[in-house]
This record gives sequence, C-alpha cells and structure tokens, in this order.
Amino acid sequence: MKNIIKSVVAMVTVFIAFTSCNNASKSNSKSGALASNIAEKVYVAPGEYDEFYAFLSGGYSGNLTVYGLPSGRMFKEIPVFSQFPTSGYGYSEETKPMLNTSHGFIPWGDSHHPDISQTNGEIDGRFIFINENNTPRIAKIDLKTFETTEIIEVPNSAGNHSSSFVTENTEYVVAGTRFSVPIPQRDMPIKDYKGNFKGALSFISVAPETGDMAIKFQVLMPGFNYDLSHPGRGKSHGWFFFTTYNTEEANTLLEVNASQNDKDFIAAINWKKIEEYVNNGGGTMMPTDYAHNVYDEHTHTATSTMIKEVRVVNPSEVPGAVFFLPTPKSPHGCDVDPSGEYIVGNGKLSANLTVHSFTKMLAAIEGKKFAGEAYGIPILNFEDVLAGVVNQPGLGPLHTEFDDKGNAYTTFFISSEVVKWKLGTWEVIDRKPTYYSVGHLTIPGGNSRKPQGKYMFAMNKITKDRYLPTGPEMEHSAQLYDISGEKMELLLDFPTHGEPHYAAAMRADIIKENSQKIYNLADNKHPYAAKSDGDTKVVRDGSNVHIYMTTIRSHFSPDNIEGIKLGDKVYFHVTNLEQDFDVPHGFAVLGQNTSELLIMPGQTKTSVWEPTKVGVWPFYCTDFCSALHQEMQGYIRVSPANSDTPIKWSMGEDIE
Amino acid sequence: MKKAGIIMIIGSLLLLGLFKFPLWNIMLGAPQYPDPLGMNIHLNGIQGVEEFDIQNIDGLNHYIGMKTIPKAEDMWEFTVFPIVILGMSLLGVLIGILGFVGKISYKFFLGWFILMSVLGILGMYDFNNWLTSYGSDLDPHAIIKVTNPDGSPMSYKPPLFGYQKLLNFDVTSLPHIGGYLMFLGMALTLVAFWLGRRFSLKTAKLTTS
Repeated sequence: MKNIIKSVVAMVTVFIAFTSCNNASKSNSKSGALASNIAEKVYVAPGEYDEFYAFLSGGYSGNLTVYGLPSGRMFKEIPVFSQFPTSGYGYSEETKPMLNTSHGFIPWGDSHHPDISQTNGEIDGRFIFINENNTPRIAKIDLKTFETTEIIEVPNSAGNHSSSFVTENTEYVVAGTRFSVPIPQRDMPIKDYKGNFKGALSFISVAPETGDMAIKFQVLMPGFNYDLSHPGRGKSHGWFFFTTYNTEEANTLLEVNASQNDKDFIAAINWKKIEEYVNNGGGTMMPTDYAHNVYDEHTHTATSTMIKEVRVVNPSEVPGAVFFLPTPKSPHGCDVDPSGEYIVGNGKLSANLTVHSFTKMLAAIEGKKFAGEAYGIPILNFEDVLAGVVNQPGLGPLHTEFDDKGNAYTTFFISSEVVKWKLGTWEVIDRKPTYYSVGHLTIPGGNSRKPQGKYMFAMNKITKDRYLPTGPEMEHSAQLYDISGEKMELLLDFPTHGEPHYAAAMRADIIKENSQKIYNLADNKHPYAAKSDGDTKVVRDGSNVHIYMTTIRSHFSPDNIEGIKLGDKVYFHVTNLEQDFDVPHGFAVLGQNTSELLIMPGQTKTSVWEPTKVGVWPFYCTDFCSALHQEMQGYIRVSPANSDTPIKWSMGEDIE
Repeated sequence: MKKAGIIMIIGSLLLLGLFKFPLWNIMLGAPQYPDPLGMNIHLNGIQGVEEFDIQNIDGLNHYIGMKTIPKAEDMWEFTVFPIVILGMSLLGVLIGILGFVGKISYKFFLGWFILMSVLGILGMYDFNNWLTSYGSDLDPHAIIKVTNPDGSPMSYKPPLFGYQKLLNFDVTSLPHIGGYLMFLGMALTLVAFWLGRRFSLKTAKLTTS
C-alpha cells in the first residue's frame, strides 16, 4: 500500500483540476436527532449478539481479528502467521511447527485476504482461509474452534497477494504471486528479469470433508505482477480472474516503469480445463520444497512436513485455457459480481472503472478474435470484452463489492470515498467519504452468489485525527455504512488491529451454532497428556525432563518439583482438566524464555524452560481462573549441574 | 367398572415413564453460569443435564467441602427404586385387570394409591435426608467456610421443591417429566377409584330398586 501512496502523489496533482466535481457530497453533517437515530442502528444492548461476524485480516500483524457487526466490537484475535505470546501460539512445542517453512521457522507474517469457504456459491461458515504475502503461505482457520489448523507454503511464489480466494464449492483456494521470480529460483542478474521471470498461480485443492489442503497445480504465467483475483461464479464458475500490472516487466522503479502501458491485463484462467489436463497426467512435476503444516485437534499438536515437488503447468500446454483481457492502467482489485457475468477491473491509475462481460469474453474466444498474444497467451480485444465503463466515478479505484440488489460499491483510494453504482447501467447512485484513503471494503457474503447486504464497511489506510491521538503510530480506522437504502448512510467509525486489507463477513447464525465450547478431555490424544491428577509425573530422560502436569481450579499437580539441574531442558506438558466453558488456565514460570501458555479446557500445551540459575522458582496460573486463582502456584527447584538431588514431585504434601 | 379398570392400568403404566425420563431436576444458575449447570435425578442414578455438568458441579462444590455427587453404585436407592416402581406398576396393572374383569373391588384402586403415596412419601423423605446430608456434611478443611449469622456452618442443602439462593447460585428443584408422569398416573388411579365407586353405587342402586 505504501507503494501506491508514493505512486499516486503525482496522480493527485494531475487530477486535482477535476476533483471539484466530487466535493459536493463531502458535507453531510447530521442533526442531533438524526445522529441518535444512527446510534440506535449500531447499538447492541449488553448481553445481545451482533447480527454478523466480520473477519478482518491483520495485515502486518500476521493475524486475523474477529469483529461483530453492527457494533464494531472486536471479539478475538486469531493467531495465524505470527507468534502470539497471549496463547503461546508459535512458542509452545505443539504450535511451533505451524510457522515452519522451507526458509526455517518464521515468527511473523503479513496476512491479507480472508475468504470463507463456500458450498454452491454461498458461504458456509466452515473454514476461513487467509494468505501470507511475504513468505507465501495459505492458512486455514477452523470456524468451530477459531484456531489455525493448517498452513501450506506456496513454492515458486513471491508476494502471495492475489490470494486466498475460494471457488464456488471450495474446490480450490487460489494463491497468485504478486512478484514474478526466477522459477526455479537461481542465481542470475536482476536485469535479465524480462522474459526470464515467471509468475506462479497456484490452485490449492481443499478436500470436501476434512478441508485438507494440497497444491494441485501451478500455472506458470509470464513475468507480470498478479495483483488480485476472484473466482467466476454461476455461469462463470470454472474460471478464475487475476488482475495484472507491470506487464512492462520492469524490475526497477516500478512506480514509473510499471505505469507506462495504457492497458495491463486481467488474466482469465479456465481452471476446469487445466484441472482436467492435470487429472489426465498433464503438467510437470518440478523439484522444489515447501512446508505443509497441519494441526491435529486430538493430539493438540502440529506437524510440519516438507514436500519436495510441485506440479507446474505452462499455459501454452493447454490451449484455450488462459486469455488476457486488456484493462486500463494497472488494475488492482479484480471483482466478479454475484451473477458471474461482470468482471470489474479497478484500474487504480485510471479515472474510469472498467467492467468486462463474461458472455462477451466467451463469444470473443469462440470467434477467435484476438488482438495479439503475449508469451503465447491470446490477448482479446478490449472493445470485444467490455461490458461498460463507469465514467469518472472517483480517483484511484481499488476494490468493488456487491449487494443483493444489483449494485456495486467501489472504493477510491485517492478521493477517499466509496461510490455506489448500478450494474448494467453503470450510473453512479451515491458516494460517501471515508476516513481516510480507503483500501478494501466488505459486504457480508460479498464474494459469493448471495451477498447478504445490509452493511458495508470500508477499511482505511490513514487514520490521522479520527480518534484520540496515540502518538505517531495509530491503529487504522474502519467505517460501517448502512446500505439497505438507496443512499449509503455512515453509521460507525471503529479502530481495527494491525493493517486490515480485505475482510470476510457473514450472518452470525451458522458460525455461532457450531462454535465449540471446550475440547473433550476424553478425546485428548496428546502423547504427554495427564488426564487426571493420578497421571501426573516427572520423568528424566538424559538432560530432558518431562513434567506431566495438570491444572484444575485451583491448583497445579504437581506443584512442588525437585531434581532439576542446570543444563536441563524442562518440558512442562500442561493439561487443563476442566470441562467447563471458558475456564482456561495459564502457565508461566519465572525466567521462561518463551511465552506463557494459555490452555483451554481439555487441551495440552507444552512450554520448554532451560533454567539459567540455581534456585527455587515459582510458577503460577496467568489466567484469573477462580476465586482461588492467586493460590494457584507452585515451586520448581533448580540444583547445580553436579548435584544429586533426585527427581521428586508432590501435590498436597511435602517432598520428603 | 371396565372403564375404571382401563384407567387404573393406564395410570399404573405411566409409572414406567420413570425408566425413560428423570424423576426430578435441580438447576444451578449463577452470574458466571448464564447457562445453568443441572442434574437430572433418574430412578437409577444422577446425570448431568449437559455432558460435563456433574463434573463441573463437583468441581465447584470442592471449594465449600461438599462430597462429590454419588454414583449410582454408591446409593442403595438407585437399585431399590427401580424395583419398587416396576413392582408397583405391575401390581397396579394386575389390580386394573382384575378390576376390569370384575374379580376385585374398586377399593383395591384406592389401596394401591395409598400404598404408592406412602412409598412416595418415604422416597421423598429419603431424598430429603440425602440432600440434607449432602448439603451439610462438609469437609472440615473446606476452602471456603460460610457461617450463618448465629455462627453455625451454613448448609448448602438444595431445596426439595422450589427455589433457593445458595451463595452465588440460584437453585431450582422441580419434578421432571418422569415425575410428572408418575403424578399423573397416580391421579389417574384416583380417577379409577372414583369411577369404580360411582359404577359400584349405580349397580348397588339398580340391584336395590
């Protein structure tokens, strides 16, 4: 986004002359009575529930935050690509494998575009997927537990940005590369980019029952930047659309060099066709390495597997599967309307919005009316595929979402507004300012055949004066609008966490009903679980000491441990015996070099402690679990390396 | 008398509902438990309303030193009660049949009802005794000890019937489906008695006139 900010500065000065037409709607101050009416629309009384869940990407926080709409209240931050000391995610022995990659353990990620799983083109609330941009990965979050349960690394990709959008029946979650790179990676001069670098578009299959992910194939495209994407739906189901920029294939000063072509492309990929080709043995297995990390809900443990090859497909091998649709000026968002007919290219440096027609595209392909080709991929004529143009709706269009009444809503970064326009007539219906410089916007169910309408929220890049100041660094702001009427109505302004890019939202009912309350202790298959106080023990294995520990209101068992020596590696395997909703226990020991553990009922988590000092060190419960929480503590004795203090433990009586 | 006999049989059979549905239910709600914890008292043991309710009630009760909720094998009642109920149901059916065919007097219906009521009252008495001992026989090392204003230890006896506030818990104790079916069945045997009596008086009148 910073790049865009830089690159648009010049644009602003150019466009400043004809921005005056947009200024009329800026002033919409409400009277006091009207304002209180708006307050009622976002007021969710104490104890009442919000109507919608919203899942906002955390951007550079690497995580996913869960909000309620219309209140704008944040319910949870789900750790995905970043270590999260709050729960021990990425610090505990069980979850460290989740952050493993072919580059080793990576403690941080940049999460961008969450998308909820779908069945028959409607969001089904089973899983939510999100991409990591920096070290390309796709994560799956199970919406029963709101926990990250799978992360797959995407090889041959770099800047995993045109991701992670799901097809109509969650056949695939798709991950496209923003940066083209040498494939396979190799030592070569950067200046030889053009013609040598490639862009991989990865189709990751999702098993219908389990949701297990696997990279089915990668399409190796020309060395452009693949910015955003969306699946076809309804009539266009089976196709996937990607915006491209830098069709100039520049490798330096892209803000200028990648802005030269009047038109870049939307790449239309007939994935059904490529899938068929691959199912018949098409494509090539290419050596590579990438991590596939899976969290098992029964062992409460993640495993990381390195995979050594990936199937790649060159578009020229599958004639009729890939086409380019010329689209003006470095399009950013690539959005498909609920019917699947219209493909909106949000040309971020264009004053107009370009809308392509799927039907026209098929006709042009049928008639073989090509304007040329790029690296063997046919380029269609702009005029042949164009459905219409929204004329001068604003400056810097980025993203478009749809309601259930045939309207589209587009964000304009430079003019900082959301514009509502009509599909088919292309007329602008309404515009409302955002605060400030809006990126994505979300309508519940917006990326599906059945948008759920009612609300739209805009996620902004610049906060400035919206809230009480908090020094130079501020959380970003979001605005919630009521879109049930002809005109949009600003309802609420709420801060978000990290830098939300896209968000996914849906009606609360399905997710709410399926949300799990506890983990069943009887199903706990963790190899180091102690399922009752009777199972607790301390076992020395060379210099490793395994403590099988339990927690229940309000004690640890054991809570007196002796026989640890300097140089030992102490594994605290803590099982929470509770089977009561919302009774986690925490675990922290003085001098712990990792993070605390926050253990949910029925769960086992492990913290490794390598004591550096002789002494008697306390550990305690970090979650105010009960009336006797302050009593929930214990001691562990660390003796010198050469001592002969025997391993002993107790609870409720002294160690003799 | 035929009708009375049928109603007697139906009434007695309704007791068998206790083998499927709980006799009694005790719910414990608190600020932290907006979804109350609950136990269903079945003829053959105590079960949680939700899977882990008993475990969670025991977990909370350990603070005030209460014993854990007894398992079926810990109380003779859970062996004897099913036998008594089955026996009374079969006896009632037998009386009903004999009444239906006119072998015995309607007064047996009342006799059954009185016997059942006596057994029921004994059962309730026993149940109440258990509640009292469960609620007041506390571990002297209990973590939390609450005393009444007069200094005596507070009892955590749940009410036998109705509502009571116990510390932060709102406790409600009421019959459950099995219990209601039993009461309905017993009431039906009274109806049977009344019908039998009316029939008997009518026939008596007919024979005297």
